[in-house]
Amino acid sequence: MTGTSLPADLTRATAAGLAQALAAGEVSAVEVAQAHLDRIAAVDGTRDADGVATGKAVHAFLHVCAESALADARAVDDARAAGQPLPALAGVPIAVKDVMATRGLPTTCGSRILQGWVPPYDATVVANIRAARMVVLGKTNMDEFAMGSSTEHSAYGPTRNPWDLDRIPGGSGGGSAASLAAFETPLATGTDTGGSIRQPASVTGTVGVKPTYGAVSRYGLVALASSLDQAGPCARTVLDTALLHQVMAGHDPMDSTSLTGEYPDVIAAARAGATGSLDGVTVGVVRELSGDGYQAGVLRRFEESLAVLTEAGAKVVEVSCPSFTVALAAYYLILPSEASSNLAKFDAMRYGLRVEPGGVAVPTAEQVMGATRAAGFGDEVKRRIILGTYALSSGYYDAYYGSAQKVRTLIQRDFAAAFGQADVLVSPTSPTTAFPLGDKLENPLAMYLQDVATIPANLAGVPGMSLPSGLAEEDGLPVGLQILAPAGADDRLYRVGGALEAILTARWGGSVLDRVPDLSAALATAANGATR
Amino acid sequence: MTVTDTTEAVLAYDDVVAAYDPVLGLEVHVELNTATKMFCGCPTGFGAEPNTQVCPVCLGLPGALPVLNARGLESAIRIGLALNCEIASWCRFARKNYFYPDMPKNFQTSQYDEPIASNGFLDVELDDGSTFRVEIERAHMEEDTGKSTHVGGSTGRIHGADYSLVDYNRAGIPLIEIVTKPVEGAGERAPEIARAYVSALRDLLRALGVSDVRMEQGSLRCDANLSLRAKVPGAAPGSAQQRAVPLGTRSETKNVNSLRSVERAVRYEMTRHAARLAAGLTIVQETRHWHEDTGITTSGREKSDAEDYRYFPEPDLVPMSPDPAWVDELRGTLPEPPPQRRRRLQTEWGFADLEMRDLVNAGAVELVEATVAAGAAPAAARKWWSGELARRANADGVELAAMPVTPAQVAALQGLVDAGTLTDSLARQVLEGVLAGEGEPADVVESRGLKVVSDDGALGAAVDQAIADNPDVADKVRSGKVAAVGALVGAVMKQMRGQADAAKVKALLTERLAPADSTTDVSTS
Ligand SMILES: [Zn+2]
Repeated sequence: MTGTSLPADLTRATAAGLAQALAAGEVSAVEVAQAHLDRIAAVDGTRDADGVATGKAVHAFLHVCAESALADARAVDDARAAGQPLPALAGVPIAVKDVMATRGLPTTCGSRILQGWVPPYDATVVANIRAARMVVLGKTNMDEFAMGSSTEHSAYGPTRNPWDLDRIPGGSGGGSAASLAAFETPLATGTDTGGSIRQPASVTGTVGVKPTYGAVSRYGLVALASSLDQAGPCARTVLDTALLHQVMAGHDPMDSTSLTGEYPDVIAAARAGATGSLDGVTVGVVRELSGDGYQAGVLRRFEESLAVLTEAGAKVVEVSCPSFTVALAAYYLILPSEASSNLAKFDAMRYGLRVEPGGVAVPTAEQVMGATRAAGFGDEVKRRIILGTYALSSGYYDAYYGSAQKVRTLIQRDFAAAFGQADVLVSPTSPTTAFPLGDKLENPLAMYLQDVATIPANLAGVPGMSLPSGLAEEDGLPVGLQILAPAGADDRLYRVGGALEAILTARWGGSVLDRVPDLSAALATAANGATR
Repeated sequence: MTVTDTTEAVLAYDDVVAAYDPVLGLEVHVELNTATKMFCGCPTGFGAEPNTQVCPVCLGLPGALPVLNARGLESAIRIGLALNCEIASWCRFARKNYFYPDMPKNFQTSQYDEPIASNGFLDVELDDGSTFRVEIERAHMEEDTGKSTHVGGSTGRIHGADYSLVDYNRAGIPLIEIVTKPVEGAGERAPEIARAYVSALRDLLRALGVSDVRMEQGSLRCDANLSLRAKVPGAAPGSAQQRAVPLGTRSETKNVNSLRSVERAVRYEMTRHAARLAAGLTIVQETRHWHEDTGITTSGREKSDAEDYRYFPEPDLVPMSPDPAWVDELRGTLPEPPPQRRRRLQTEWGFADLEMRDLVNAGAVELVEATVAAGAAPAAARKWWSGELARRANADGVELAAMPVTPAQVAALQGLVDAGTLTDSLARQVLEGVLAGEGEPADVVESRGLKVVSDDGALGAAVDQAIADNPDVADKVRSGKVAAVGALVGAVMKQMRGQADAAKVKALLTERLAPADSTTDVSTS
């Protein structure tokens, strides 16, 4: 890449392009950071004193740390000027999902109960990012404690989809996905418990990867469901995703479930994929993950992707994973069970919100805990805590949690059988494109169905990617394709994803995100609407 | 909740055991002496400033994750092996969920239906030398909670307190919980067996070197469960006929912080249960608190089987499958069982049964052993530890092993006595100096000037002075009342401030006061 390939608007550049230009001294880290901070200021909107989003804007960020971002960028520039060796992504901006503990930066998980909490330590992922000398721009919005598929469950107001500000950006990592689609950052982190990286990527036209369970440390991620949670990279291109993936992954002695041993080179795989050839690769289409309940435009883009894969030399076969049909049910027993226990620590005794109950002169610890949790948790969190507490109760454990764990074993077997026939599996990531804000708020089950295709990967611990497969004809909104690989074979996602992206972008004459509406215009209209 | 039953009726013990068959269940929590906590790297030392030995993990901060302390697992396996348990080839941690301010995560990481060790036994020696086998249900790993101090209110418990302070230094300290199977067949000896079991377990854990086993510091804590059932007339305790009677409702007594309390608490609960049963009342299944000062238990929270901890496998920790070769290796590190060792040492030292039992009860066996190893004769070593030092420890209310004197110092002190440098009474003064931190025994002898005066000149002058000061007594001795010399010895010793060899003083006095002819007799015979 040469200097001329860097776009005039630095926010339109890829992370790979920025890294190269920074290394070559064609642009300074401060310039890059400032460009993104300016963009955030222009499109992200404002928040009131309580942190709640005001007006119609993207609202991807809960907290922007302009000062420390510029200081970090300056330090990178100084180090480079002094001739010090720097990591590949030094000076490249990144947004961090608010579920990750960041030393000195507020971490709320989109919840009132953690309002004002400033962690005294960095999550390992964040420490890795800082060690890579990347520039943290701020913390991104999410459904409270990662429970949701729309960010509407954030206590600080929803994030809006840059493709249409009246639609959801997916969830729980809607803030990270929207910040990418709105060109506020080239890279962002996510966590994926049932689809929280992949579904937002799908509905915003971005790329997101849930790595193999254990590939990325969970230390410092505020736990939703420990056995399902996995942090991963979010970006606008497959190669950028791989670059961040490499920074985030690696064994961590602080996480007992962290993988040891060889980990594949995902960057090399992305580059290999970009040649567009998939000779010798067998792609399995999961019969149970398309068809009924999927939007017509989503299915059409999926069929088109299959044709492209065939064109690239892949052999496409159909596989069946019958247990996937009960994955959602099992997931909604395991997740609430683990969450009910993980969220018990929010009790006002050591940190976070503390609410004294009214009408009691000297409240007991129990009463303070009760009042705080009643005020600090939103409805969806309470719903899942109640579900999980019930499912773990004596007398119900075997029927609920126990059965769900058995389903998990069946799903792992289905995956093993399917991967016996195919190198990767594919499906639409999400059954629909982005739906309007408020559309599914009153119907939790409809919201849960958003994750029907993404959940099996979490239950089995296998890696998955979502990348754009085009726009749905009926609404002009992005559609995502999901690729799944066996545990530990995360490189296959990048090989196949890289090839598909290369062919599709060539066909479209550019990234799907080139077609995101001009946000400044949308915001101006919104502002005019507000003044009228 | 309020304390209502502080004055419950009790039944005379003899009547209790005549009518009822007691069944015990003992749960012992032992804090391991690992350098760091069970799931994080924080130090475990006792007595640090509150909340200084904490980190994100043991404070349960959002996002923090546990990592198992390998030494904790090793200790658990060694304890299991020493208790003749089967060691699980695969097991997991589980979360025990309940809300309490001193539990940072509001769940305790413990083990539930998959303990590391199960199905063992411990043979317990009773006071009369007989052996009683206590069967072990399980030994499992868990983490300790923080420590709450409830300030204000009358009970020292959370209800009614003005406020509570929580120290999380203890949160995450490795614990092993050792649970017995129902102990049947104890009969009237149930209180003694309870005490002897905890004592035997303490000895075993001390010999394993896995814990400080200080009951007064809480590194070994005992909960005693007790239930009574009707005694079958004519049936022996533990007989099939007696065992066929269903168990009664049990109470669980907590806060039992000494061996003596274990015995007293079980005895008290037996008399309390019996009084209720005899009066036609039911036993409430509940936690009881033992009060050392008044010797009674009071009602704590009601505890029913319906209490639901919503256990489930801890997803943040991977299952454990200890390598059988490693387990065998650990089996090879087990110490000689304490009872066997005691018998061996008793033979080597030539002590009487009673002498040995005193040492055991005083927790002095290891101390005597080390003192003997440092060169003292066994009898002398025993005399120091079960005599002077035991008295002082008792007076100061500390464990013998916690006295600020080492076995090597005791051996050195005895060496000075053996060499004639010190008399027994001077040696006690030297010991006082050592305990006061004045240095090694030889240093204290020097600095306090406590050496025995054996210089004949100085002694002779003192003897002459004593004779001159007490002419009447001297005359009595001269006239053959030899017993009267004791008073003169006392006078000389007083003058010498104890720093004289009493035998030598007596010899000098006898020589000076002897009739002239007998002196001749002595010299010529
Ligand atoms: Zn700690």
